[in-house]
Amino acid sequence: MLLLKKLSEAAGVSGCENEVRNILKEELKEYADFKTDALGNLLFEKKNKGKKPRIMIAAHMDEVGLMITSILKNGFLKFESVGGIDDRILVSKTVTIGPNKIKGVIGAKPIHRQDPKERENALKIKNLYIDIGAKDQEDAEKKVKIGDYACFDTEFEIIGENIVKGKALDDRIGCFVVAELLKRNYEVEICGAFTVQEEIGLRGSGVAVYQLKPDVAIVVEGTFASDVPGTKEEEYNTVLGMGPAVTTMDRSFIANKGMRDRVFEVAKKNNIPCQPRRTNLGGTDGGRIQSIGEGIPTIVISVPTRYIHSPVSMADINDINNTILLINFLILDYQERGI
Amino acid sequence: MEIKEILKEILTAHVPSGREPEGSGAVKVLFKNYFDEVRVDKLGNIIGKKKGNEGSFKVMIAAHMDEIGMMVTKIEEKGFIRFAYVGGIDQRILLGQEVLIHGKKIIPGIIGSKPPHLQEPDEKSKALKKEDLFIDTGLSYEKIKEIINVGDFITFKRKPIELMNNHFSSNALDDKAGVAAILCCMEELKKFNFKGEVYGVATVQEEVGLRGAITSTYGIYPDIGIAIDVGHGNIPDLPEEETFKLGKGPAIALGPNIHPKLYEKLKSIAEEYKIPYQIDPNPSYTGTDAWSIQITRAGVPTALISIPLRYMHTTVETLNTEDIKLIGRLIALFIASIDTEFVEGLKCFY
Amino acid sequence: MKELIKTLTETYGPSGNEEKIRNVIKDLVTPYADEVKVDALGNLIVHKKGSGDKLMLAAHMDEIGIIVTNIDDKGFIRFSSVGGVSPFILLGERVIFENGTIGVIGVEKIDDMKELKMKRLFIDIGASSKEEVMSKVKVGDMATYYRECNFLGKNISAKSLDDRAGCAVLIKALQEVENPKYDLYFVFTTQEEVGTRGAKTSAYSIEPELAIVVDVTICGDTPEGEKIAVDLGKGPAIKIKDMSVLSHPKIKQLLIDTAEKNNIPYQREVLDLGGTDAGSIHLTKEGVPSGGIAIPTRYVHTPSEMVNLDDLENTVKLLLAVIEG
Repeated sequence: MLLLKKLSEAAGVSGCENEVRNILKEELKEYADFKTDALGNLLFEKKNKGKKPRIMIAAHMDEVGLMITSILKNGFLKFESVGGIDDRILVSKTVTIGPNKIKGVIGAKPIHRQDPKERENALKIKNLYIDIGAKDQEDAEKKVKIGDYACFDTEFEIIGENIVKGKALDDRIGCFVVAELLKRNYEVEICGAFTVQEEIGLRGSGVAVYQLKPDVAIVVEGTFASDVPGTKEEEYNTVLGMGPAVTTMDRSFIANKGMRDRVFEVAKKNNIPCQPRRTNLGGTDGGRIQSIGEGIPTIVISVPTRYIHSPVSMADINDINNTILLINFLILDYQERGI
Repeated sequence: MEIKEILKEILTAHVPSGREPEGSGAVKVLFKNYFDEVRVDKLGNIIGKKKGNEGSFKVMIAAHMDEIGMMVTKIEEKGFIRFAYVGGIDQRILLGQEVLIHGKKIIPGIIGSKPPHLQEPDEKSKALKKEDLFIDTGLSYEKIKEIINVGDFITFKRKPIELMNNHFSSNALDDKAGVAAILCCMEELKKFNFKGEVYGVATVQEEVGLRGAITSTYGIYPDIGIAIDVGHGNIPDLPEEETFKLGKGPAIALGPNIHPKLYEKLKSIAEEYKIPYQIDPNPSYTGTDAWSIQITRAGVPTALISIPLRYMHTTVETLNTEDIKLIGRLIALFIASIDTEFVEGLKCFY
Repeated sequence: MKELIKTLTETYGPSGNEEKIRNVIKDLVTPYADEVKVDALGNLIVHKKGSGDKLMLAAHMDEIGIIVTNIDDKGFIRFSSVGGVSPFILLGERVIFENGTIGVIGVEKIDDMKELKMKRLFIDIGASSKEEVMSKVKVGDMATYYRECNFLGKNISAKSLDDRAGCAVLIKALQEVENPKYDLYFVFTTQEEVGTRGAKTSAYSIEPELAIVVDVTICGDTPEGEKIAVDLGKGPAIKIKDMSVLSHPKIKQLLIDTAEKNNIPYQREVLDLGGTDAGSIHLTKEGVPSGGIAIPTRYVHTPSEMVNLDDLENTVKLLLAVIEG
């Protein structure tokens, strides 16, 4: 899990995935050939010129975060969100800004000074600001610039019973799974990408697929688990601890039924717990990849994660390991029986 | 080159999204004056090409020539005309506007609704919806049917005016001002030796979904794509930090839609040549051709430069013409400063 | 035409699960085709060779439906929509799954109808336990409206006329075409209702010089209806604009001129909501001049959509007149 810790704590908001890219390249350089493209995707090819089918595995490097949009005369910073963030999770959190990881806090009027009515209304982003302790605009400009990205300041830890806690588990968990798979050897051609800018519109993956031209694509995501109080059982998207989740349909994508059933079959054959992803909300790189060119058969497999797109998300280590196992056996199954 | 005259010439094209193939003749003629070759692609994008001294990389500069407008949906029995929007129209500006309907002939009309005297007090405080509005041409149903059909385009009557301090006002400056900026750039480029090939594209259908940029970029497949569009200019009812000042130069965008090295290069050129500029932090969707250009084929390193513009999408859009000239100069200097090594370095992220 | 419509509309085929309808159409078209293939997204691509430019004709096979998200211990099934399905239209409806299982739509007790949402509804297939349901229906399965096709004088009412009516027109045109002036690709696309997705990949592989889409459009001739100048029975509507495409003036004019030359009644479609396959096709690669012929349809996206036989015949006529020049 050390790699996952490094990945989770790295800064990689959509548009600036450098730190994540560097960690992955460093970790995996002996297992594959790497290159980058015009958008910053990290593309790879395993060194064996293997047999068909050509299998692509992918996960996105970027996370949702914030961008500093102006520095006020009094030294406070205004910002906007990058990717889908619920405004209500922002207040009273700490962030790190820019490549130098300058610390800042998102503060709010103390409750002692609020009207009772005020406390009932959620604070919107345009009313919030980041405090880095600067005296004034000039002082702030020594440390931060307009356009700097900010992410949540969360330490990655293992808590409870085999639970990992950290920021950006969507989709650093996916990156971790793909990284672990890359360290294994297969007879078939394995290629893929750690993509960019998924959170703001599935932007990197189409460009990656255009270059890779696989026969089949497996996308690894961290998808939301809504098995929490306040949600009815019928609204659970996935459940923590029940294994990797296989997507039938989301807002971007409908899986080919045969391909999807095959994944369940492989799971059953190898005694790996596996669950269907139940709602059709959300979108993933799978949606973009499927309709590139003449179309690519695509599968989306996700690790259930609670509280995605917030400063602290949670996932079950067993689910992570089972996802690695499941995709490993799926690749071996494609290797043996074709797609 | 007199920028105001060029603008007025471009503005003679009445081209709501979809009408470009029929209505963009003036733009094509202007392009022929600045590019070696000019062609029109399948959707109507006008593409000009100019070769430099050496090097085979391609730089594409794009601005959309289409404007927001309307379309006839129904001609009612008494001759009143109902319409749909083409692009993002603010319904509050419609009441009392003079329009032109492009049928077999161009017919003038005005947008009207139920008289205020007959409205309930609470009706009057609400903005009128498209369904409450209609166009009155003063013609009878029979006469109208001879000239106009369902599906005909409707544009706002246009009379560009010059205000103080090089301020210029008209509708459709979004983004014909950008098209003018492309021509300014080509004019400036005459002074320099440059490498590679420059493609200037007046794109179509940006206002309805950034569409022309998709196909024109696919066809050209440039190594660098620069989109020129308009950005919100400073007015009293918006916080200062959310707008750009008119007359203080182009707004250079940065963010996920923009290649970081292109942003840095444009900024350093502006500083080196003392061109005033402003910074446009854009956290995700930029709503411009840059968004389509960037993910074409295997990806295109993209930049976005905006002209500060007040009252966007109204009939009184206002800008400072000096800003347009500054953008032309900035891009020309950029093109003159890059070479194959710079271009290849754009794909390298470590 | 009537029998063809009945067969097509009564066949199962929601977005992403078009296998059944694809097989039905495949059997109908193969005797008339030079080449038939199915691509990675399940599109059925039928090539009828001819000299001249490549013309792609498209109609979508998929229909709207619902997808199972949860099965509770008492045997009640929760679901989400596939494409534009309104919870109000589902009240009291019956649905059918791919394996023929039929269910009825029930609703939780609601005081104010304004609060009706998809998540307050459920499917009852008459089972009393989770196990009993799971022997017939699983999470991820899709169901469609369950309705037979009815002939009402000159009109036809059925579910999924959007866009099986378009498919019928394409099939008839393929069966009747004699001297095509174009190299023809009849494409029965998938996943239109969830984002015109099939059209993207099929157009990419065909690379047509021009494209005409045959889909449905709404009518403005019912009480207090939409203010659109399209009436049932007044002829095929030539597409000028919808939210996904502005028809290329060349194609628009070709359709209008052909209709006038051949005395085929026609209307003009300006649709202020909704998109069609033309939206995806026209932005393929370097662009494809595209347009459409829209079949006037009342009550779109309900189980009782209604089209007019004369409109259907005239749509086929217009399409053939264009194809044969």
